[in-house]
Amino acid sequence: MRSYRIPAIPSSEITPEETYVNRRQFIRAAAAMGIGMAANHALPSVVRAQDRWPQGKKGPYDTDEKVSTFQEITTYNNFYEFGTDKADPAKNSGAFKPKPWTVRVDGEVKKPASYALEDLLKGQTIEDRIYRFRCVEGWSMVIPWRGFQLSTLIKRLEPTSKAKYVAFETVMRPAEMIGQRRPYLTWPYVEGLRMDEAMHPLTLMVTGLYGKELPNQNGAPLRLITPWKYGFKGIKSIVKIRFVEKEPPTTWNIAAPDEYGFYSNVNPDVDHPRWSQKSERRIGEFLKRKTLPFNGYADQVAHLYAGMDLKRNY
Amino acid sequence: MTQTQWISRVFKPVVFLLCLLPLGLLVRNFLNETLSVNPLDDITDETGTWTLRFLMITLAITPLRKMTGWNFLTRFRRMTGLFAFLHGSLHFFTYLYFDKFFEWGEIAADIEKRRFILVGFTALSLMVPLALTSWDRMIRWMGGKRWRMLHRLVYVSAICGVIHYLWLVKADTSRPLTYGAILVFLLGFRLWDAFKPKPATKKPLSTETARPA
Repeated sequence: MRSYRIPAIPSSEITPEETYVNRRQFIRAAAAMGIGMAANHALPSVVRAQDRWPQGKKGPYDTDEKVSTFQEITTYNNFYEFGTDKADPAKNSGAFKPKPWTVRVDGEVKKPASYALEDLLKGQTIEDRIYRFRCVEGWSMVIPWRGFQLSTLIKRLEPTSKAKYVAFETVMRPAEMIGQRRPYLTWPYVEGLRMDEAMHPLTLMVTGLYGKELPNQNGAPLRLITPWKYGFKGIKSIVKIRFVEKEPPTTWNIAAPDEYGFYSNVNPDVDHPRWSQKSERRIGEFLKRKTLPFNGYADQVAHLYAGMDLKRNY
Repeated sequence: MTQTQWISRVFKPVVFLLCLLPLGLLVRNFLNETLSVNPLDDITDETGTWTLRFLMITLAITPLRKMTGWNFLTRFRRMTGLFAFLHGSLHFFTYLYFDKFFEWGEIAADIEKRRFILVGFTALSLMVPLALTSWDRMIRWMGGKRWRMLHRLVYVSAICGVIHYLWLVKADTSRPLTYGAILVFLLGFRLWDAFKPKPATKKPLSTETARPA
């Protein structure tokens, strides 16, 4: 009996890579369009391996969830100073000049002063942190920020005992920021944190992402990140840090007080008046995920709000 | 070819293909991955916007016809109206599937709880009887007068559509207000047209007969 020989595959039978990759893309696309129902496919967004931040938890505050791509993070976000579409910040921020940069520090602080950004950064430990990012609109990403803990800066600035809150202000440059020429929000953008929130180790002053300098569209050269709060708390292109006694005004709260509170902690149990906050779409995914209390950081931050009615203090 | 033949054999197919263009581009951009990194939201936005645009085009036909005297324009009105319904249905489908994954309990609660969804749902619902009675046999069966009465529902649908858009935006109301201004003009024209003093061309019969022979 002749032993079976595996037939040689003629090269004409081999599907070229280009074709089968396209086919997979098409099938994924078709699945997303509803032709196929086996749903939890990542949506088409073909990423070369080198574009992807190395996966995995390095520090105690990192998440090990799949990191969003550089392209996702830098082409899809809200920065109303550059326009109201999510493609606008990337499109319209090219002429913005983040250098040189000065930050004014005043209010209830021992030495009010204006600092060149380089001086403010001196002595700060710059590190990479992989955080979840949840937008109040119902989408989310995982972003490798680069920056330093706000707490170390605050300690250096020596606020007085009267300082109960920190207020931040974005630069006002209508010539470079076309959104500021129209009054759909009150300009300049202002935000604020309670002192204990500002001192929390998760609270980051961000100067970069993906190991690079912060792109203009993401708030160059200096922005705030509080990962347990909705994204709009993360004020961008900061030029003023003021220590104050009373809760400072915040821009979205001024625009719609019943929709955006001072705290704006991520909370699946408190709906935005116009849409549910129970779930979110992680960019790149088809099915929605359940939104977690404090965006998954409850273990670290829930104690800050012990005894507070979070339905009233939204 | 007669004018009627030109319209049915040439213009109508051309306009039909033009009306398919936005949807074709959307599908192409989806497959080419040139939409944003949140393509499902883009599809929802685009189909919603084109519903409003087709409604505005449909409502512009009568004023345009009266201003120019181009009566043939009326023959495209049902087609553009049906394209509005098509995009509205796709828009609703994207909400049902991509946003709610056909969880009917959630959807019912949403429609009841959120006024922008309720008013959008109303806008689409009002288009259903219009789409169902959009073919020739229906017009004949209903009679032109009753058919025209029923199809005035499109005014309410368009108003609801603009309010839906206005209520869903976060801060920048410029785009919904632009649609609102266009709609006020298109509906205002109809009011003005209905109540304007009768033109002087219809002279009283008496002067005619009194003319010397």
